[in-house]
Amino acid sequence: MKGNSSSAKQLTDHDHYKAPSEPSIRKVPPKRKKRRKSQAFQEAMTGYFFLAPALILLGVFLLYPMGAAFYYSFTDFYILKPDDISFIGFENFSYIWQDAQFRQAFWNTVYFSVIVVPVQLAVALGLALLINKKIKFRVFFRTAFFSPVVMSLVVVSILWTFMYNPNEGLINQLLGVIGISPQPFLTSPDQAMNSIIVMSVWQGAGFQMMIFLAGLQNIPNHLYEAADIDGATSWQKFLHVTLPGLKNIALFIFITISIAAFKLLVQPMIMTQGGPLGSTKSLVYHIYETGFNYRDVGYASAMAVVFTMIVLTITIIQRVLIREERG
Amino acid sequence: MKRKKRIQGVVLYVSLILLTFIFLFPLVWMLVSSLKDEFQIFKDMKSLKAFLPPAPNEVEGGYLHNYIAAFQRVDLMKYILNSLIYTTGIIIFGLIVNSMAGYALARFRFPLAGFWLGVIIATLIIPPESIFLPLYVLVYDLGWVNTYTGLIVPFIANAFAIFLFRQFFLDFPKELEEAAKIDGCSQIGIFFRIIVPLSKPVFATVAIVLFINHWNDFLWPLVVASDESMRTIQIGLQYFMNEPPIKWGQVMAALTIATVPMLLIFAFLQRYYVQGLTHTGSKN
Repeated sequence: MKGNSSSAKQLTDHDHYKAPSEPSIRKVPPKRKKRRKSQAFQEAMTGYFFLAPALILLGVFLLYPMGAAFYYSFTDFYILKPDDISFIGFENFSYIWQDAQFRQAFWNTVYFSVIVVPVQLAVALGLALLINKKIKFRVFFRTAFFSPVVMSLVVVSILWTFMYNPNEGLINQLLGVIGISPQPFLTSPDQAMNSIIVMSVWQGAGFQMMIFLAGLQNIPNHLYEAADIDGATSWQKFLHVTLPGLKNIALFIFITISIAAFKLLVQPMIMTQGGPLGSTKSLVYHIYETGFNYRDVGYASAMAVVFTMIVLTITIIQRVLIREERG
Repeated sequence: MKRKKRIQGVVLYVSLILLTFIFLFPLVWMLVSSLKDEFQIFKDMKSLKAFLPPAPNEVEGGYLHNYIAAFQRVDLMKYILNSLIYTTGIIIFGLIVNSMAGYALARFRFPLAGFWLGVIIATLIIPPESIFLPLYVLVYDLGWVNTYTGLIVPFIANAFAIFLFRQFFLDFPKELEEAAKIDGCSQIGIFFRIIVPLSKPVFATVAIVLFINHWNDFLWPLVVASDESMRTIQIGLQYFMNEPPIKWGQVMAALTIATVPMLLIFAFLQRYYVQGLTHTGSKN
């Protein structure tokens, strides 16, 4: 956002420079002025030559589909009869609120996000703080905590499905050794979502840990030295030096985890197919099923529009919070 | 005081080792189990042997028997090749298109430059999950379903990559370019002969970020590569779970195969990847 305003400013400066009313321009002899103008034209041409491929691709494959999703959401577009689209106004949207599956998927997604976001943030911060100390084998520990990130969600989901298996799964076998009876991790409606949450935190925390580490290294050392001279305990140092120094990064991570959490799809799709009893069905999964299994693109698009609005709202609220914190 | 320090140190290392175990054991277990036969996987699971590789004489058919079986059961080679074509396609075209756009936004003054930068950054907010249906319809109408074109082209332009390139080129010294211009080099020549060779770090960073994202991609390949011969490795993995009988040794082998390229990339190019990560955090 900052870059945006600065280059917009550059542009207006430049426009002023060209404007004939500008006194500095008047001094320039007419011959040079003409040359400058053609140079500016050439620069604009070159600029657009370099920018055009990306702009066209983003327009066709990102902005156009966004607009199309919005358009489809007001129609009864059905994949099996693509030539027969009619406009049905807000019918899809009014159906959303009656759709019990949507409501369930929505609350499942909210539940997932509300738990995952703070837990993952805390775990990532904890890991970063542990590793930021002067310890031996630092690179080893860092790599170990990061390694789940390197595995794909598909791999991790399949692996954990086996680990969570009620009878022969690794976790229940190990729990059996210490005398805990087998748990129905993925097969009970009460536990399935929590099991997915545990796995998701395990998989993602290392990623945010890395960003926190970069943030920790940006806190100037002399602040800690000053706190030492004042006789601060390590808890006080954490509270008054480390936390304020990490505030912006923590808020940034907070936003990215929240948005990522709301996009929950792969884990329930592979591990539970949304079950048992729909307890792990997420919003995006419901959209996917409606669009691809039931081929109801119109209704799926309406839900996608609502989904986009929710993500946008999360982003905007958190951006505003950040701005207030900074100001 | 000294004793307190020592206790603190012990607590620190014990918790670090415990955490390492928690974060690593599924990975280790996957690697180790891929070497065992079915009976052994289940037999070992009750003890720490679950995390130890089998003794050579315990495995019938050699350590690689699950890998050989996995390759024989489905066309894993084809899936890996598809994933490689898909990711390298996006990387090659993505590097060219996005670096050019980033350069334009960092260097040239042209009408609406600020506006386009705003638009590009704004597209970062659009969740890919909300557009995959209309995107599928579009790609279907273009006749690109089950083609590499359909897998690759929609993801060449990448707002985040453009942003990374722009940040890098803003800090790039102008003198070299000016010198080349005086020598009569064209703008395109300047970009490809001077800027690109001197900007290897940012190209490496973007390439790795693109590789990791798209090697692990799931949703788009799932919908657009429905034909068996077009499947990527991430989609192909599901076959081992969905088609009974489930052979866990083979599943583990297949999972390992899907993970190894990422592990290698990360091991060798960690520096660039971390650079990309920290850019994510600090530049916002």
